[in-house]
Amino acid sequence: MSNVLVNEKDIVVPGETLAEGMDNLPGEGTYRQGEKILAGRLGLAHIDGRAVKLIPLSGKYNPKRGDTIICKVTDINFSGWRVDTNSAYSAMLSMKDATSDYIQKGADLTQYYSLGEYMVASIVNVTSQKLIDVTMKGPGLHKLKGGRMLEVSPYKVPRIIGKQGSMVSMIKTATNCRIIVGQNGLVWIQGEPDKELLVVRAIKKIEEDSHLSGLTENIKKFLEAESGVKLGE
Amino acid sequence: MNEDLREHIITLLNSDKRLDGRKPLEYRKPLNIEYGFTKTADGSAKVILGETEVLVGIKMEIGEPYPDRQDEGTIIVGAELIPLSNPNFESGPPGIQAVELARVVDRGIRESSTLDFKKLCIKKGEDIWRVAIDIVTLNDAGNLFDASALGAYAALQNTVFPKFEDGKIIRKEKTTKKLPLKNVPVSVTVCKIGSKFIVDPTSEEEKVIDARLTVASIEDGTLCALQKGGEYALTEEEIAQMLEIGIEKGNELRGALKNG
Repeated sequence: MSNVLVNEKDIVVPGETLAEGMDNLPGEGTYRQGEKILAGRLGLAHIDGRAVKLIPLSGKYNPKRGDTIICKVTDINFSGWRVDTNSAYSAMLSMKDATSDYIQKGADLTQYYSLGEYMVASIVNVTSQKLIDVTMKGPGLHKLKGGRMLEVSPYKVPRIIGKQGSMVSMIKTATNCRIIVGQNGLVWIQGEPDKELLVVRAIKKIEEDSHLSGLTENIKKFLEAESGVKLGE
Repeated sequence: MNEDLREHIITLLNSDKRLDGRKPLEYRKPLNIEYGFTKTADGSAKVILGETEVLVGIKMEIGEPYPDRQDEGTIIVGAELIPLSNPNFESGPPGIQAVELARVVDRGIRESSTLDFKKLCIKKGEDIWRVAIDIVTLNDAGNLFDASALGAYAALQNTVFPKFEDGKIIRKEKTTKKLPLKNVPVSVTVCKIGSKFIVDPTSEEEKVIDARLTVASIEDGTLCALQKGGEYALTEEEIAQMLEIGIEKGNELRGALKNG
Protein backbone atom coordinates (compact mmCIF):
# COMPACT_ATOMS: atom_id res chain seq x y z
CA MET A 1 0.00 0.00 0.00
CA SER A 2 1.31 3.38 -0.89
CA ASN A 3 0.49 5.23 2.30
CA VAL A 4 2.69 3.04 4.49
CA LEU A 5 5.78 5.17 5.04
CA VAL A 6 8.19 2.53 6.30
CA ASN A 7 9.63 -0.64 4.83
CA GLU A 8 9.56 -4.05 6.42
CA LYS A 9 12.23 -4.40 9.16
CA ASP A 10 13.00 -0.66 9.28
CA ILE A 11 14.15 0.50 12.69
CA VAL A 12 11.57 2.94 14.05
CA VAL A 13 11.63 5.16 17.12
CA PRO A 14 8.70 6.12 19.39
CA GLY A 15 6.55 8.79 17.77
CA GLU A 16 7.70 8.03 14.22
CA THR A 17 4.91 8.06 11.63
CA LEU A 18 4.53 4.58 10.17
CA ALA A 19 1.49 5.11 7.95
CA GLU A 20 -1.01 7.76 6.96
CA GLY A 21 -4.67 7.48 6.17
CA MET A 22 -7.38 5.14 7.40
CA ASP A 23 -6.52 2.20 5.11
CA ASN A 24 -4.22 0.64 7.69
CA LEU A 25 -4.78 -0.57 11.21
CA PRO A 26 -2.55 -0.02 14.21
CA GLY A 27 -1.18 -3.33 15.49
CA GLU A 28 0.99 -4.34 18.39
CA GLY A 29 3.33 -1.58 19.60
CA THR A 30 1.71 1.12 17.48
CA TYR A 31 -1.16 3.56 17.97
CA ARG A 32 -3.38 5.83 15.92
CA GLN A 33 -3.30 9.57 16.26
CA GLY A 34 -5.76 11.27 13.93
CA GLU A 35 -5.02 10.00 10.45
CA LYS A 36 -1.57 8.69 11.31
CA ILE A 37 -0.26 5.50 12.78
CA LEU A 38 2.68 6.16 15.08
CA ALA A 39 5.26 3.89 16.67
CA GLY A 40 4.86 3.41 20.41
CA ARG A 41 8.31 2.05 21.09
CA LEU A 42 11.69 1.29 19.59
CA GLY A 43 11.60 -1.66 17.25
CA LEU A 44 11.43 -3.07 13.76
CA ALA A 45 8.45 -2.22 11.57
CA HIS A 46 6.43 -5.19 10.40
CA ILE A 47 3.59 -4.96 7.90
CA ASP A 48 1.06 -7.73 8.17
CA GLY A 49 -1.68 -7.23 5.58
CA ARG A 50 -3.56 -4.10 6.61
CA ALA A 51 -2.09 -4.05 10.09
CA VAL A 52 1.08 -2.09 10.83
CA LYS A 53 2.93 -3.84 13.63
CA LEU A 54 6.16 -3.38 15.45
CA ILE A 55 8.64 -5.95 16.77
CA PRO A 56 10.05 -4.37 19.92
CA LEU A 57 13.82 -4.28 20.40
CA SER A 58 13.87 -3.09 23.98
CA GLY A 59 11.70 -2.60 27.01
CA LYS A 60 10.07 -4.56 29.78
CA TYR A 61 8.43 -7.92 29.45
CA ASN A 62 4.86 -7.99 28.20
CA PRO A 63 2.97 -10.91 29.74
CA LYS A 64 1.44 -13.44 27.32
CA ARG A 65 -0.70 -16.47 27.94
CA GLY A 66 1.25 -19.73 27.84
CA ASP A 67 4.62 -18.19 28.65
CA THR A 68 6.82 -19.94 31.18
CA ILE A 69 8.25 -17.29 33.44
CA ILE A 70 10.31 -17.02 36.60
CA CYS A 71 8.50 -15.13 39.33
CA LYS A 72 9.03 -14.09 42.91
CA VAL A 73 6.56 -14.14 45.79
CA THR A 74 5.84 -10.61 46.99
CA ASP A 75 2.72 -11.12 49.11
CA ILE A 76 0.58 -13.84 50.61
CA ASN A 77 -3.15 -13.43 51.13
CA PHE A 78 -6.15 -15.62 51.92
CA SER A 79 -6.61 -17.03 48.45
CA GLY A 80 -3.02 -17.50 47.38
CA TRP A 81 0.22 -15.76 46.50
CA ARG A 82 0.93 -12.54 44.67
CA VAL A 83 4.04 -12.86 42.54
CA ASP A 84 6.27 -10.39 40.76
CA THR A 85 6.60 -11.17 37.06
CA ASN A 86 9.43 -8.78 36.17
CA SER A 87 6.90 -6.81 34.14
CA ALA A 88 4.68 -3.83 34.92
CA TYR A 89 1.99 -6.16 36.30
CA SER A 90 2.03 -8.62 39.16
CA ALA A 91 0.37 -12.01 38.88
CA MET A 92 -1.80 -14.12 41.13
CA LEU A 93 -1.05 -17.73 42.00
CA SER A 94 -4.24 -19.13 43.41
CA MET A 95 -4.27 -22.01 45.88
CA LYS A 96 -5.72 -24.51 43.45
CA ASP A 97 -3.07 -23.68 40.87
CA ALA A 98 -0.25 -23.91 43.41
CA THR A 99 -0.49 -27.45 44.69
CA SER A 100 -2.65 -30.52 44.53
CA ASP A 101 -2.33 -30.97 48.32
CA TYR A 102 -5.39 -30.45 50.48
CA ILE A 103 -4.85 -27.17 52.28
CA GLN A 104 -6.63 -26.84 55.62
CA LYS A 105 -8.52 -23.64 56.24
CA GLY A 106 -6.22 -21.15 57.96
CA ALA A 107 -3.08 -23.17 57.19
CA ASP A 108 0.28 -21.45 57.01
CA LEU A 109 0.78 -20.79 53.32
CA THR A 110 4.49 -20.02 53.69
CA GLN A 111 5.20 -23.75 53.91
CA TYR A 112 4.43 -23.95 50.20
CA TYR A 113 5.83 -20.66 48.95
CA SER A 114 7.36 -18.09 51.24
CA LEU A 115 8.01 -14.40 50.66
CA GLY A 116 10.94 -13.73 48.35
CA GLU A 117 11.09 -17.23 46.95
CA TYR A 118 11.46 -17.76 43.22
CA MET A 119 9.55 -20.25 41.12
CA VAL A 120 9.06 -21.31 37.51
CA ALA A 121 5.41 -20.77 36.66
CA SER A 122 3.26 -20.72 33.58
CA ILE A 123 0.83 -17.95 32.64
CA VAL A 124 -2.72 -19.30 32.40
CA ASN A 125 -4.54 -16.15 31.53
CA VAL A 126 -4.00 -12.43 30.91
CA THR A 127 -7.09 -10.25 30.90
CA SER A 128 -7.46 -7.04 28.91
CA GLN A 129 -6.89 -5.23 32.21
CA LYS A 130 -3.62 -7.15 32.58
CA LEU A 131 -4.74 -9.23 35.53
CA ILE A 132 -2.49 -12.25 35.31
CA ASP A 133 -3.03 -15.76 36.63
CA VAL A 134 -0.15 -18.20 36.87
CA THR A 135 -0.08 -21.88 37.63
CA MET A 136 2.44 -24.28 39.09
CA LYS A 137 0.74 -27.30 37.57
CA GLY A 138 2.55 -28.47 34.50
CA PRO A 139 5.75 -30.17 33.40
CA GLY A 140 8.91 -28.49 34.65
CA LEU A 141 7.20 -25.99 36.91
CA HIS A 142 8.74 -25.89 40.36
CA LYS A 143 10.19 -23.81 43.14
CA LEU A 144 13.77 -22.56 42.75
CA LYS A 145 16.16 -23.20 45.62
CA GLY A 146 19.66 -21.72 45.78
CA GLY A 147 21.56 -20.58 42.72
CA ARG A 148 21.52 -17.08 41.39
CA MET A 149 19.25 -14.93 39.28
CA LEU A 150 20.30 -12.96 36.24
CA GLU A 151 18.21 -10.36 34.49
CA VAL A 152 18.38 -10.07 30.72
CA SER A 153 16.32 -8.24 28.14
CA PRO A 154 13.17 -10.33 27.47
CA TYR A 155 13.63 -9.61 23.76
CA LYS A 156 16.96 -11.46 23.80
CA VAL A 157 15.49 -14.57 25.42
CA PRO A 158 14.95 -16.39 22.07
CA ARG A 159 18.66 -15.81 21.26
CA ILE A 160 19.72 -17.23 24.64
CA ILE A 161 17.55 -20.31 24.21
CA GLY A 162 18.53 -20.80 20.58
CA LYS A 163 16.84 -23.04 18.00
CA GLN A 164 15.13 -25.85 19.91
CA GLY A 165 17.11 -24.90 22.98
CA SER A 166 20.45 -25.45 21.23
CA MET A 167 22.21 -22.45 22.75
CA VAL A 168 21.19 -23.04 26.34
CA SER A 169 21.95 -26.75 26.16
CA MET A 170 25.39 -25.93 24.77
CA ILE A 171 26.04 -23.71 27.81
CA LYS A 172 24.75 -26.45 30.08
CA THR A 173 27.11 -29.01 28.58
CA ALA A 174 30.08 -26.70 28.80
CA THR A 175 29.51 -25.60 32.38
CA ASN A 176 27.56 -28.42 33.98
CA CYS A 177 25.19 -25.84 35.48
CA ARG A 178 21.44 -26.00 35.81
CA ILE A 179 19.93 -23.16 33.82
CA ILE A 180 16.32 -22.07 33.50
CA VAL A 181 15.41 -19.21 31.18
CA GLY A 182 12.09 -17.49 31.84
CA GLN A 183 10.29 -15.71 29.00
CA ASN A 184 10.19 -12.65 31.24
CA GLY A 185 13.95 -12.18 31.08
CA LEU A 186 14.93 -13.80 34.36
CA VAL A 187 17.52 -16.55 34.17
CA TRP A 188 18.22 -18.90 37.03
CA ILE A 189 21.64 -20.49 37.25
CA GLN A 190 22.94 -23.07 39.69
CA GLY A 191 26.26 -24.84 39.71
CA GLU A 192 29.90 -24.48 40.72
CA PRO A 193 30.75 -20.84 41.60
CA ASP A 194 33.28 -20.42 38.77
CA LYS A 195 31.00 -22.12 36.30
CA GLU A 196 28.04 -19.97 37.32
CA LEU A 197 30.17 -16.96 36.51
CA LEU A 198 31.05 -18.41 33.13
CA VAL A 199 27.33 -18.87 32.39
CA VAL A 200 26.72 -15.22 33.32
CA ARG A 201 29.53 -14.10 31.02
CA ALA A 202 28.31 -16.32 28.19
CA ILE A 203 24.75 -15.00 28.49
CA LYS A 204 25.95 -11.39 28.63
CA LYS A 205 28.00 -12.09 25.49
CA ILE A 206 24.94 -13.50 23.73
CA GLU A 207 22.98 -10.39 24.73
CA GLU A 208 25.66 -8.09 23.34
CA ASP A 209 26.39 -9.99 20.14
CA SER A 210 22.87 -11.21 19.40
CA HIS A 211 22.63 -9.12 16.21
CA LEU A 212 25.89 -10.45 14.75
CA SER A 213 26.00 -13.38 12.37
CA GLY A 214 27.62 -16.64 13.44
CA LEU A 215 26.46 -16.17 17.00
CA THR A 216 26.31 -19.87 17.86
CA GLU A 217 29.81 -20.44 16.48
CA ASN A 218 31.23 -17.48 18.44
CA ILE A 219 29.65 -18.59 21.70
CA LYS A 220 30.85 -22.13 21.11
CA LYS A 221 34.42 -20.90 20.64
CA PHE A 222 34.09 -18.71 23.73
CA LEU A 223 32.82 -21.56 25.87
CA GLU A 224 35.43 -24.02 24.61
CA ALA A 225 38.23 -21.55 25.33
CA GLU A 226 36.93 -20.67 28.78
CA SER A 227 35.79 -24.04 30.06
CA GLY A 228 38.13 -26.38 28.26
CA VAL A 229 35.21 -28.63 27.39
CA LYS A 230 35.13 -29.80 23.80
CA LEU A 231 31.67 -29.20 22.37
CA GLY A 232 30.47 -31.45 19.58
CA GLU A 233 28.07 -30.54 16.82
CA MET B 1 13.23 -12.16 51.94
CA ASN B 2 16.68 -12.75 50.49
CA GLU B 3 17.71 -15.79 52.51
CA ASP B 4 18.58 -17.84 49.45
CA LEU B 5 20.75 -15.10 48.00
CA ARG B 6 22.38 -14.50 51.37
CA GLU B 7 23.18 -18.16 51.82
CA HIS B 8 24.64 -18.32 48.34
CA ILE B 9 26.81 -15.25 48.88
CA ILE B 10 28.08 -16.53 52.25
CA THR B 11 28.96 -19.93 50.77
CA LEU B 12 30.93 -18.16 48.07
CA LEU B 13 32.64 -15.85 50.58
CA ASN B 14 33.77 -18.83 52.63
CA SER B 15 35.94 -19.76 49.67
CA ASP B 16 36.97 -16.09 49.16
CA LYS B 17 34.79 -15.60 46.12
CA ARG B 18 31.96 -13.29 45.19
CA LEU B 19 29.02 -13.45 42.80
CA ASP B 20 30.83 -11.52 40.08
CA GLY B 21 34.11 -13.41 40.53
CA ARG B 22 35.89 -10.72 42.54
CA LYS B 23 37.92 -11.24 45.70
CA PRO B 24 36.20 -9.98 48.89
CA LEU B 25 38.41 -6.89 49.12
CA GLU B 26 38.53 -5.96 45.48
CA TYR B 27 36.98 -2.94 43.81
CA ARG B 28 35.12 -3.27 40.56
CA LYS B 29 36.71 -2.32 37.27
CA PRO B 30 36.68 -0.01 35.46
CA LEU B 31 37.14 2.79 37.94
CA ASN B 32 37.14 5.93 35.85
CA ILE B 33 36.88 9.60 36.68
CA GLU B 34 35.96 12.04 33.97
CA TYR B 35 36.74 15.62 34.94
CA GLY B 36 34.73 18.61 33.72
CA PHE B 37 31.78 16.55 32.52
CA THR B 38 29.33 19.47 32.39
CA LYS B 39 30.30 22.88 31.06
CA THR B 40 27.61 24.81 32.95
CA ALA B 41 28.88 23.89 36.40
CA ASP B 42 31.90 25.56 37.97
CA GLY B 43 33.37 22.14 38.50
CA SER B 44 32.18 18.63 37.78
CA ALA B 45 33.21 15.02 37.59
CA LYS B 46 31.66 11.75 36.53
CA VAL B 47 32.68 8.59 38.29
CA ILE B 48 32.25 5.17 36.71
CA LEU B 49 32.74 2.31 39.15
CA GLY B 50 31.83 -0.94 37.46
CA GLU B 51 28.26 -0.30 36.35
CA THR B 52 27.65 2.41 38.93
CA GLU B 53 27.72 5.93 37.54
CA VAL B 54 27.59 9.13 39.56
CA LEU B 55 27.77 12.71 38.35
CA VAL B 56 28.84 15.48 40.72
CA GLY B 57 28.48 19.16 39.90
CA ILE B 58 29.70 22.17 41.83
CA LYS B 59 28.30 25.67 41.87
CA MET B 60 30.11 28.54 43.55
CA GLU B 61 27.65 30.88 45.21
CA ILE B 62 27.89 34.03 47.29
CA GLY B 63 26.29 33.91 50.70
CA GLU B 64 26.26 35.34 54.15
CA PRO B 65 28.47 33.68 56.77
CA TYR B 66 27.05 31.89 59.78
CA PRO B 67 26.81 34.17 62.84
CA ASP B 68 29.37 32.13 64.76
CA ARG B 69 31.74 31.73 61.82
CA GLN B 70 32.02 35.26 60.51
CA ASP B 71 35.15 34.69 58.44
CA GLU B 72 34.49 31.24 57.00
CA GLY B 73 32.95 30.00 53.80
CA THR B 74 31.01 26.77 53.71
CA ILE B 75 29.95 23.76 51.68
CA ILE B 76 26.50 22.39 51.03
CA VAL B 77 26.08 18.87 49.76
CA GLY B 78 22.88 17.67 48.13
CA ALA B 79 22.21 14.25 46.66
CA GLU B 80 19.52 13.30 44.24
CA LEU B 81 18.73 9.65 43.67
CA ILE B 82 16.93 9.92 40.38
CA PRO B 83 14.39 7.21 39.45
CA LEU B 84 16.27 6.56 36.20
CA SER B 85 19.19 5.12 38.14
CA ASN B 86 17.26 2.54 40.16
CA PRO B 87 13.63 1.41 39.88
CA ASN B 88 13.27 1.70 43.66
CA PHE B 89 14.05 5.41 43.72
CA GLU B 90 11.09 7.80 43.70
CA SER B 91 11.14 11.37 42.48
CA GLY B 92 10.25 14.10 44.88
CA PRO B 93 11.87 15.43 48.04
CA PRO B 94 15.00 13.59 49.15
CA GLY B 95 14.35 10.49 51.25
CA ILE B 96 16.38 8.93 54.03
CA GLN B 97 18.80 7.31 51.60
CA ALA B 98 19.53 10.54 49.73
CA VAL B 99 19.96 12.53 52.94
CA GLU B 100 22.35 9.93 54.33
CA LEU B 101 24.39 9.88 51.13
CA ALA B 102 24.67 13.67 51.11
CA ARG B 103 25.61 13.83 54.77
CA VAL B 104 28.26 11.12 54.53
CA VAL B 105 29.87 12.88 51.58
CA ASP B 106 29.57 16.25 53.33
CA ARG B 107 31.19 15.00 56.51
CA GLY B 108 34.02 13.27 54.67
CA ILE B 109 35.02 16.50 52.96
CA ARG B 110 34.28 18.86 55.84
CA GLU B 111 36.09 16.92 58.55
CA SER B 112 39.15 16.23 56.42
CA SER B 113 39.60 20.04 56.40
CA THR B 114 40.80 19.72 52.81
CA LEU B 115 39.02 22.98 52.02
CA ASP B 116 40.30 25.89 54.06
CA PHE B 117 37.00 27.61 54.83
CA LYS B 118 38.85 30.77 55.91
CA LYS B 119 40.12 31.15 52.34
CA LEU B 120 36.54 31.12 51.09
CA CYS B 121 35.80 34.35 52.92
CA ILE B 122 35.53 37.41 50.72
CA LYS B 123 34.64 40.05 53.33
CA LYS B 124 34.39 39.18 56.98
CA GLY B 125 30.82 39.15 58.22
CA GLU B 126 29.35 39.98 54.80
CA ASP B 127 30.30 37.88 51.78
CA ILE B 128 31.57 34.34 51.68
CA TRP B 129 31.83 31.66 49.03
CA ARG B 130 29.38 28.86 49.39
CA VAL B 131 30.41 25.69 47.57
CA ALA B 132 27.30 23.79 46.54
CA ILE B 133 28.12 20.16 45.74
CA ASP B 134 25.34 18.30 43.97
CA ILE B 135 25.39 14.57 43.50
CA VAL B 136 23.24 12.95 40.83
CA THR B 137 23.16 9.20 40.47
CA LEU B 138 23.12 8.11 36.83
CA ASN B 139 23.08 4.39 37.53
CA ASP B 140 22.93 2.64 40.85
CA ALA B 141 24.64 -0.74 40.68
CA GLY B 142 25.74 -0.57 44.29
CA ASN B 143 28.21 1.38 46.41
CA LEU B 144 26.92 4.89 45.76
CA PHE B 145 28.74 6.08 48.90
CA ASP B 146 32.27 5.53 47.68
CA ALA B 147 31.55 6.61 44.12
CA SER B 148 29.86 9.83 45.28
CA ALA B 149 32.59 10.73 47.76
CA LEU B 150 35.23 10.17 45.12
CA GLY B 151 33.21 12.16 42.60
CA ALA B 152 32.71 15.03 45.04
CA TYR B 153 36.43 15.34 45.66
CA ALA B 154 37.23 15.08 41.94
CA ALA B 155 34.68 17.80 41.21
CA LEU B 156 36.29 20.03 43.84
CA GLN B 157 39.63 19.51 42.10
CA ASN B 158 38.01 20.56 38.86
CA THR B 159 36.35 23.69 40.24
CA VAL B 160 37.44 27.19 39.25
CA PHE B 161 36.16 30.40 40.81
CA PRO B 162 33.81 32.43 38.64
CA LYS B 163 34.54 36.14 38.32
CA PHE B 164 33.37 38.19 41.29
CA GLU B 165 32.91 41.96 40.96
CA ASP B 166 30.97 44.59 42.94
CA GLY B 167 29.27 41.98 45.10
CA LYS B 168 28.06 39.99 42.09
CA ILE B 169 29.16 36.85 40.32
CA ILE B 170 29.75 37.15 36.60
CA ARG B 171 28.99 33.62 35.50
CA LYS B 172 30.12 34.12 31.92
CA GLU B 173 33.68 34.83 32.92
CA LYS B 174 35.73 32.25 34.71
CA THR B 175 38.99 32.84 36.43
CA THR B 176 41.81 30.33 36.47
CA LYS B 177 41.85 30.25 40.25
CA LYS B 178 41.21 26.82 41.68
CA LEU B 179 39.85 25.87 45.06
CA PRO B 180 42.47 25.67 47.79
CA LEU B 181 42.61 21.94 48.53
CA LYS B 182 44.99 20.56 51.11
CA ASN B 183 44.56 16.82 51.43
CA VAL B 184 42.71 14.06 49.65
CA PRO B 185 39.80 12.51 51.54
CA VAL B 186 38.30 9.31 50.15
CA SER B 187 35.56 7.11 51.54
CA VAL B 188 35.60 3.35 51.61
CA THR B 189 32.50 1.45 52.65
CA VAL B 190 33.38 -1.84 54.29
CA CYS B 191 30.47 -4.25 54.57
CA LYS B 192 29.97 -7.22 56.80
CA ILE B 193 28.11 -10.29 55.59
CA GLY B 194 28.07 -13.19 58.02
CA SER B 195 31.56 -13.07 59.48
CA LYS B 196 33.23 -11.80 56.32
CA PHE B 197 34.14 -8.31 55.16
CA ILE B 198 33.77 -7.03 51.64
CA VAL B 199 34.28 -3.70 49.90
CA ASP B 200 32.43 -2.21 46.94
CA PRO B 201 29.18 -4.20 47.22
CA THR B 202 26.96 -4.67 44.17
CA SER B 203 23.21 -4.03 44.43
CA GLU B 204 22.65 -7.72 45.14
CA GLU B 205 25.18 -7.76 47.94
CA GLU B 206 23.75 -4.57 49.43
CA LYS B 207 20.45 -6.40 49.93
CA VAL B 208 21.98 -8.98 52.25
CA ILE B 209 24.48 -6.88 54.20
CA ASP B 210 24.47 -7.19 58.01
CA ALA B 211 26.32 -3.97 58.68
CA ARG B 212 28.38 -1.40 56.83
CA LEU B 213 30.92 1.15 57.92
CA THR B 214 31.92 4.05 55.69
CA VAL B 215 35.47 5.07 56.49
CA ALA B 216 36.69 8.46 55.27
CA SER B 217 40.42 8.99 55.55
CA ILE B 218 43.20 11.14 54.12
CA GLU B 219 46.62 10.22 52.68
CA ASP B 220 48.46 9.74 55.97
CA GLY B 221 45.78 7.40 57.27
CA THR B 222 44.08 9.96 59.51
CA LEU B 223 40.41 9.18 59.94
CA CYS B 224 38.01 11.98 59.07
CA ALA B 225 34.57 10.51 59.45
CA LEU B 226 32.72 7.25 60.00
CA GLN B 227 29.19 6.22 59.27
CA LYS B 228 27.68 2.96 60.40
CA GLY B 229 24.67 1.44 58.70
CA GLY B 230 22.82 -1.85 58.56
CA GLU B 231 20.83 -3.70 61.15
CA TYR B 232 23.52 -5.58 63.05
CA ALA B 233 25.95 -4.36 65.67
CA LEU B 234 29.72 -4.44 65.27
CA THR B 235 32.24 -5.47 67.90
CA GLU B 236 35.32 -3.44 68.74
CA GLU B 237 37.64 -5.87 66.96
CA GLU B 238 35.46 -5.86 63.89
CA ILE B 239 35.52 -2.08 63.73
CA ALA B 240 39.30 -2.10 64.08
CA GLN B 241 39.57 -4.53 61.17
CA MET B 242 37.16 -2.53 59.07
CA LEU B 243 39.11 0.68 59.68
CA GLU B 244 42.30 -1.01 58.58
CA ILE B 245 40.64 -2.23 55.37
CA GLY B 246 39.10 1.21 54.83
CA ILE B 247 42.41 3.04 55.05
CA GLU B 248 44.25 0.52 52.91
CA LYS B 249 41.61 0.52 50.17
CA GLY B 250 41.42 4.32 50.41
CA ASN B 251 44.96 4.53 49.10
CA GLU B 252 43.93 2.42 46.13
CA LEU B 253 41.00 4.72 45.34
CA ARG B 254 43.22 7.76 45.67
CA GLY B 255 45.30 6.38 42.84
CA ALA B 256 42.36 6.88 40.46
CA LEU B 257 42.33 10.65 41.09
CA LYS B 258 44.28 12.88 38.76
CA ASN B 259 44.91 16.58 38.94
CA GLY B 260 41.61 18.13 37.97
